[in-house]
Amino acid sequence: MEASQAVRTEDNKYRLLKIKNKTIDTLYAIFRYALVIGISFIIIYPLLMKFSVAFKDKIDIYNPTIYMVPVNFTLDNMKMAMEILNYFPLLGNTLVFVIVTTLLTTASCALAGYGFARFSFPGSNLLFALVILTILVPTSTLMVPMYLHFRSFDILGVLHLFTGKQGVNLLNTYWPSIITSATAIGLKAGLFIYIFRQFFKGMPKEIEEAALIDGAGGVKTFLKIMLPNAVPPIITVVLFCFVWQYNDTFFTSLFMSESALMPIKISTLSAQANALIPGLMGAIGGANVKADPNHVAMIIDTGILLAIIPLIILYLVVQRYFVESVERSGIIG
Amino acid sequence: MNGYKLALRHKRSLLGLAFIIPWLLGFVFMFATPLIQSIRFSFSKLTVNPSGFILEPVGWANFKEALFVDATFNRILTQSVSEMVLNVPMILFFSLFSATLLNQKFRGRVLARAIFFLPVILASNAISAAETAGLINLVGDSTVVNEMGETASTYNIMSMVMILSDIGMPLSFVDYIVQAITRIYDIITSSGVQILIFLAALQSVPGAMYEVAKMEGATAYESFWKITFPLVSPLILTNVIYTIIDSFTGSAVTDMIFSTAFTTQNFGLSAAMSWIYTIIISVILVIIGVLLSRRVHYN
Repeated sequence: MEASQAVRTEDNKYRLLKIKNKTIDTLYAIFRYALVIGISFIIIYPLLMKFSVAFKDKIDIYNPTIYMVPVNFTLDNMKMAMEILNYFPLLGNTLVFVIVTTLLTTASCALAGYGFARFSFPGSNLLFALVILTILVPTSTLMVPMYLHFRSFDILGVLHLFTGKQGVNLLNTYWPSIITSATAIGLKAGLFIYIFRQFFKGMPKEIEEAALIDGAGGVKTFLKIMLPNAVPPIITVVLFCFVWQYNDTFFTSLFMSESALMPIKISTLSAQANALIPGLMGAIGGANVKADPNHVAMIIDTGILLAIIPLIILYLVVQRYFVESVERSGIIG
Repeated sequence: MNGYKLALRHKRSLLGLAFIIPWLLGFVFMFATPLIQSIRFSFSKLTVNPSGFILEPVGWANFKEALFVDATFNRILTQSVSEMVLNVPMILFFSLFSATLLNQKFRGRVLARAIFFLPVILASNAISAAETAGLINLVGDSTVVNEMGETASTYNIMSMVMILSDIGMPLSFVDYIVQAITRIYDIITSSGVQILIFLAALQSVPGAMYEVAKMEGATAYESFWKITFPLVSPLILTNVIYTIIDSFTGSAVTDMIFSTAFTTQNFGLSAAMSWIYTIIISVILVIIGVLLSRRVHYN
């Protein structure tokens, strides 16, 4: 009798403990969801606002009862922003530029990363320290000399020697970015070299030795053995490079301030919208007619949305690889 | 035999050099040369002419002008450096926190991760420039925009300050927290990459360790501080450095250096300013590196 009593109290104790644990778990889950949803909301709120503005009619600006969901849907803003930006040629231009620089940067950084990871030559450690230095020095320090350098481009005076000219002006062409990315010194290239080096260091040496015994040379080993295995860092670098190039205003406005590239056009969109909207609206009175500032703000928001839509589409496609490849790319090694 | 081995090693090192040749060329011509030139520029007066430029040595005059004559440089420099120093711990804390959150298993985790990394692709200077321009255009005055930015999120900050100081927290700490709250949007949007790095680190922590800790009776809190934190600590240094170099782009000092060079055409002064900035940043980096690398746990 007494024994069963003891069993029962013991049983009750466990039941209570179980309930207690369960409530704590549930409370924690609720708390976690509140946090995650709150932070997510902060992140996507500006994006939602832009979507809402992009499809809103002009009449709705002054309607205070509207929140997020417009009453009068319209595509006028889209059309107008596309016209001001000259959207599709601009997008094509930008994509070609960004893809070329991304591929060049990835190639040159993969080469350098492999060179630093697997070969020891005199001064290799010192040279790698210099790679780190290129990451740490602010780009503004190099700005003026680079600008002047590309203004009259001439390596070691070779051109001057042969043609007698003072060097070519490469500003407002794509060459400055192409040259810097092909030589692995462009936008955050040091970081990419570091990522590749860490990854190649982590690969087993036996693979290369086997390739060497089977008669593959160093270059062949790299192309046929190492690169196909280096998919995670390649994805990481390609993604980051693409996104950063696409968003970069510093180098583009330094070297190519007059080119038709997305970041430049977007950052000067406000002035252009102000100047062009009255004409597009068919207003009479010429330059004296000022555009409604609220309307201009709408067009700017739509323009920004148009600029980031390609990135968002790209992100939705590759998002799952993003996290995985960063995990496996060896940054954390 | 010996000679052959040596030759092979020679060949290997030549091959290695061949692999880094593109970078080496870039480094010498696009980094080292401009860097040295930039030092020379900072000590001279530079005038651009159609075929190139003329240098006129002026000694320390540019540095003196930047530090003592120029009206705004000091203020902007201290402001953006201190902003950076303030932001680093907040971004670190937030990104580690979010990474632990995203590392747990819950329904909708994939979606949450996708949203948390969205700032990595959306944090763009072009966009923020267009946004401020649009706002300035809307209200007609840039000072109003700055004030609006400050007041937009300060709706009930005073009550928050009261509560925190009532429970006896030091006022400077309260100030810091309140700042963190008002700047939460900036902090969240600039910690995408850091979350990614921390998350990758967290996934590499072996799960068996937590199981052992649980068996031995450690609470979740204890296992965080005794297992998770030491194992991700090397990445704290990485993230600090990343956060600092990430703050170069779009900082007010960089903008000022840019406009000094290309709007007012004072290239020498701009070079001097950028060197002052570089030196301050490197001092901060060295201090942080020394302080952190002593405490970091390497395995």
